[in-house]
Amino acid sequence: MALSGMRGLSVFISDIRNCQNKEQERLRVDKELGNIRTRFKNEKGLTPYEKKKYVWKMLYIHMLGYDVDFGHMEAVSLISAPKYPEKQVGYIVTSCLLNENHDFLRLAINTVRNDIIGRNETFQCLALTMVGNIGGREFAESLAPDVQKLLISSSCRPLVRKKAALCLLRLYRKNPDVVNVDGWADRMAQLMDERDLGVLTSSMSLLVALVSNNHEAYWSCLPKCVKVLERLARNQDVPQEYTYYGIPSPWLQVKTMRALQYFPTIEDPNTRRSLFEVLQRILMGTDVVKNVNKNNASHAVLFEALALVMHLDAEKEMMSQCVALLGKFIAVREPNIRYLGLENMTRMLMVTDVQDIIKRHQAQIITSLKDPDISIRRRALDLLYGMCDVSNAKDIVEELLQYLSTAEFAMREELSLKAAILAEKFAPDLSWYVDVILQLIDKAGDFVSDDIWFRVVQFVTNNEDLQPYAASKAREYLDKPAIHETMVKVSAYILGEFGHLLARRPGCGPKELFGIIHEKLPSISTSSIPILLSTYAKILMHTQPPDPELQSQIWTIFNKYGSCIDVEIQQRAVEYLTLSSKGAALMDILAEMPKFPERQSALIKKAEDTEIDTAEQSAIKLRAQQQAQTSNALVVTDQPTSNGIPPANQLGLVKMPSISSTVDHDSAGQELSLENGTSSKVDSQPPADLLSDLLGPLAIEGPPSSSVQSQPNTNSVLEGAAVEATAIVPAGEQANSVQPIGNIAERFHALCLKDSGVLYEDPYIQIGIKAEWRAHHGRLVLFLGNKNTSSLASVQAIILPPSHLKTELSLVPETIPPRAQVQCPLEVINLHPSRDVAVLDFSYKFGNDMANVKLRLPAVLNKFLQPLSVSAEEFFPQWRSLSGPPLKLQEVVRGVKPLPLLEMANLFNSYRLTISPGLDPNPNNLVASTTFYSESTRAMLCLIRIETDPADRTQLRMTVASGDPTLSFELKEFIKELLVSLPPATRAPTQASPMPPVAQPVSVPTVESNDPGAMLAALL
Amino acid sequence: MGIRFVLMVNKQGQTRLAQYYEYLTIEERRALEGEIVRKCLARTEQQCSFVEHRNYKIVYRRYASLFFLVGVDDDENELAILEFIHLLVETMDRHFGNVCELDIMFHLEKAHFMLEEMVMNGCVVETSKSNILTPIQLMDKAS
Repeated sequence: MALSGMRGLSVFISDIRNCQNKEQERLRVDKELGNIRTRFKNEKGLTPYEKKKYVWKMLYIHMLGYDVDFGHMEAVSLISAPKYPEKQVGYIVTSCLLNENHDFLRLAINTVRNDIIGRNETFQCLALTMVGNIGGREFAESLAPDVQKLLISSSCRPLVRKKAALCLLRLYRKNPDVVNVDGWADRMAQLMDERDLGVLTSSMSLLVALVSNNHEAYWSCLPKCVKVLERLARNQDVPQEYTYYGIPSPWLQVKTMRALQYFPTIEDPNTRRSLFEVLQRILMGTDVVKNVNKNNASHAVLFEALALVMHLDAEKEMMSQCVALLGKFIAVREPNIRYLGLENMTRMLMVTDVQDIIKRHQAQIITSLKDPDISIRRRALDLLYGMCDVSNAKDIVEELLQYLSTAEFAMREELSLKAAILAEKFAPDLSWYVDVILQLIDKAGDFVSDDIWFRVVQFVTNNEDLQPYAASKAREYLDKPAIHETMVKVSAYILGEFGHLLARRPGCGPKELFGIIHEKLPSISTSSIPILLSTYAKILMHTQPPDPELQSQIWTIFNKYGSCIDVEIQQRAVEYLTLSSKGAALMDILAEMPKFPERQSALIKKAEDTEIDTAEQSAIKLRAQQQAQTSNALVVTDQPTSNGIPPANQLGLVKMPSISSTVDHDSAGQELSLENGTSSKVDSQPPADLLSDLLGPLAIEGPPSSSVQSQPNTNSVLEGAAVEATAIVPAGEQANSVQPIGNIAERFHALCLKDSGVLYEDPYIQIGIKAEWRAHHGRLVLFLGNKNTSSLASVQAIILPPSHLKTELSLVPETIPPRAQVQCPLEVINLHPSRDVAVLDFSYKFGNDMANVKLRLPAVLNKFLQPLSVSAEEFFPQWRSLSGPPLKLQEVVRGVKPLPLLEMANLFNSYRLTISPGLDPNPNNLVASTTFYSESTRAMLCLIRIETDPADRTQLRMTVASGDPTLSFELKEFIKELLVSLPPATRAPTQASPMPPVAQPVSVPTVESNDPGAMLAALL
Repeated sequence: MGIRFVLMVNKQGQTRLAQYYEYLTIEERRALEGEIVRKCLARTEQQCSFVEHRNYKIVYRRYASLFFLVGVDDDENELAILEFIHLLVETMDRHFGNVCELDIMFHLEKAHFMLEEMVMNGCVVETSKSNILTPIQLMDKAS
C-alpha cells in the first residue's frame, strides 16, 4: 500500500484511525483544526503544497462529520493556483465544502470562467465539474453560452464535452431560460448522433431533463433515441471499454429508455416498429445467468424496458408478456428481483385491465408480506393495497391484520391506516368493517390514529342496523384485561349511544355497563375522561325508570369532577349534573346523536398527505383515481341496506313528540342538528380541516356545547319542553297530512340574521341552508335531507327569483334515497337594490302524499350589506354632500314597535347597519352606516339617522341617504318594515306559536312581520 | 436528479468517503448517515440490496468490510445503480490493485478523483474505466 504523497495527511489519518473512541477522535480533530487555523493565519508563509495538504485535512475532518467553519477562503483560493494538483484540490474541496449560495463562490466566478474558456483541457474539466456540482443562478447566467459552445464544439475532445453536457444540465435546472428552446432542440438532436458513448451518456441525462419539461420541443430527438437504443441492443460500434459483462453500456440503455418515457406516444410507425423490436428482444432475450453482475446489468435493462412498455401501453400481447415476467419475478428467491417485481407490479396497476391477471398472484404476494426483509414486505404491502377491491378485500385485510401483530413498529401505523382504508372502502358488510377496526385498535392501538375511530363511530351512528352489533362488540372488548385507551374511548362512546339496545342481554344492564366502563377510568388520560362522562350521562338518561343507586354513583362522579382543573372535564361534569337533575330535559339534550353528514373519508385524505416514499404515494394516488372513477364506496355504505330499518329513533327531533311544539324548542333542535349534522362546515372548508371537524362533534358533543352557547335560553327550553309536552302530542298525531315542523316564517326570519340553519322541516324532509355572502355575490347550499326509511320521489325545486336577483340552482335529483342528504348549491347575484324576496318552490312525493311548499329564501337585502363604522370626520361631509331627495329621503314613521334605544341599536347592528354611538349629539338619536353591494351600484355607502321621541316611542323620524335613489328608497322601506307592524310584543320563549297550515303558500313578500323577541334572542 | 449521495462506510459504521450531490448541513448529514448506516448494517446477506429511507432509496453493496451506499431518487433504476457501485469498485481495483478499505482511507483524494470522473451533479458521466482513470494516471506521472 503506497502512502499518499502528503505525509502530514497520512499521519493525521493514522492518528484518527488509532483513536479508541469518539472522544479521542474529537480531541485529535480539535487539535488539528487549531493547527490548521494557526497556519492559515499567516498565509504568506504557506507553500501551495502545504495549503493543499491542509485543505485535504479539512475535507477529511468534514467527512468525519465535524463542522469546518473556516478555511473556505483557502480552499477557494486554490482554484486560481497555476498548477494542476493545487487547482484540482481547490475545485474538488470547494465543491464538497461549499453550497451554491456561498459568497466565496461568487468571488471565484471569473477564475472559473477563465478556466472554462481557456485552452487547457484538464482545467476546463475541473471547472465544468465544479460548476456542474454546485453552480448557482449567477453561474447559469454568466456561463451558459460558453458551456453550450463547448458541448457542441467539433474541436473539443469528448472528455470536455461530456462534462459540459452535465454542467449545462445544472445551469438549466438553476435557470431554464439559459437554454433557448428554439435553437437548442436541433443541437440536441445532433448530439444524439454522437459516436462517443461518454458524451452520449451525459447528453442523455441532459435530454431527460429537457424533455421532462417540454417534450414537444424535442420531438426530433425521439427517433434518434431509438437509434441509440438499437445501436446498443445490436452491439454495433460499442467499444469494449463500454461493454459491461458483455452488455453494451447498460447505463446508457437505461437512460435512453428513460428519456423515451417522457414522450407521450410514438406516432411514426417506423420508429415505433424499430423500438418495439428492440423491446421485444429485451423482454424475450434476458435470461438468468450465473454471473451476478451480468445478471443485474441485464435485468436493469429489462426492468427499464418493462417500464417503457407500460408507459407506451403497447400491444396487448406485449403487456401480457410483461405481466407474465413480473409474475415470475415475484416468485423467485433472489431478493432483489423479487423486490423489483413487486415494485413494478404495483406500477403495472396503473395500466388498466391487467388487474385480474395480477390478482392471480395474490397468494404469492401475501407470502412476500411475511418475508423477513422489511423492504420486500413494504413493497408487498403497497401492492396488496393497490390491488385490493371488493372481491378480495376480506382476504387482504385479514392478512394485514394478521401481519399487524408481528410487524415492526416502523410499519404499524402505515399498516393500520391502510387496513382501515381498505376495510372502509371495500367492506362487503358493515359489521365486518366494525370487526376490522376494533381488531385494529385492539392489536395496534398506539398506531390507530383518532380519525380511524372517529370514522367507525360515524358509520355506526349512521347505520341503525349496525348499532346493536357494534354495541355488543364494544362490550366484549371491555371484558379483556388490558385494553388500549382508544378502545376505551370507542367502546365508551358506542355504549353510551347504543348500550341501551343491549339492555336485555346478560351483563349489559346500565349498571353493568357503567361499572365496566368506569373501571377503566383510572387508566386513561385526561383527554379521554370527557368521553366517559358523556357516556355516564347517556347511560343515566337511558335508564328508565331511573335507578337511584346508579344515579347517586354517577352524580358522585360528576360532583367530583365538577371541581376538576381541566376545564373541559369540569364543564361537562357540572352541566351533566345539572341536566340530569332536570329529569325529562335530559332526554332531549342527550338524545342520540343525529346522523353524521356523508363526508369523504379523512383517512384517505390523510393517506394522501402522509409523507411516505413516493412509490407508496403513487399507489395511493392510483387508489384515489380509481375511487374517483367508481363512485365512492363510502357514501354507498352510508345508506342503509335494503333489509328494512328497525324503527329505532334516528333523529332526536323525530323521536321527541314535544320537540315540534315551541319555537324555542325548534331553535334548540336546530342548534343540535347544526352542531352534529350540518355538513356545510365540512364541505366549505378545505379538506385539511376535516380532522378538526371530526373532532368537533365527537370530543365536544353537541348537547353540552349548545347548552353553553345558549345559556340564557336553556331554562326556558327545558321549561318549554316540560310544559308543552302534553299539549302538543295530539297535534303530532294528525296523521297523513304533511305538517311542517316549526314555524316557517320564524325559520325564515332567523335565517335572515344568520347564515346557516334549517329553512323547513316536516316529518319527511329537512331543508337546511348554509350561505356565504361576498359583496353582491351569494353562495348558498341547500341541504335536502330525507328523514325517512324510504325514498322521496318527484323531488322538484324551482327558484322563483325577483327581478333584482340572478340565481342559478344546480341540478336537484329527482329522488332522495332513504336517510340521505343531498346538497344543492345555489348561486345568487344581486343586480340592483330591492326588498323583494326569492322564493323556493319545493315539492316532493312521499307514498301517496304530494307535498308542495313555497319558501322564502333568506337572500334578503341585508345580506348584501357590509357592516361599516365611520368616524364623525367621515360621516358629516358625506351626510352633507347628499342633500335632499331623491338621494336623501326622510320620513316620519308611526306605529313603531316600542323598543328601548339600546335594543333598537342592537337590532340595527344585527342587520349589518353599524350604529356609531356618540356620533349624534342627541342621545335619543341613532346614526348608522353600512356598505351596500349590487351589480349596478357596486359598493355604495349608506347613511341612516333615526330620531326618536322619548315621550312617544311609537313614532320616529328616519333619514336614509346613499348615492343611488333606488337604494335610498329601498333601504328606507326595508328599515321601516323592521321597525313597524310587528306582532304584539310577546316574548318568544314562552310563546307557543300556532302550527302553520300545510304547504303554506307564501304571501307576497312585501310587509314582513318580525318578531323582535326572536331577533333579540338571536342576538344574545 | 438521480444520485443524491455516495457513502462508503465500514462495518463499524465509520465513514470512509462521503460525497453529496445536494447540499445538506453537517448536522443533517450526520443524522442521515447515522440512520442509514444503522438500517443497512443490520441487514443480512439474504436480504435485498434496497432500503427505503425517508424519501430516498438506498442501494447498497458490501465488499469485505466496506459498505457502499448510494442514495437515489425513488424512481431511479435500482439495478443500474447496484452495478454502478460495482463498476466503481472495479475501477478502484484497477488503480490500486486489490483495493481495500485502507487504500480508500489513505488515498481519499484519489477516491474522490475517481468518483468525480464517474458522477457529476448526480448523473453518470463516464462508465469506461480507462477514461475514468486517465486524469489520475496523468497526475501520477507528473508527480
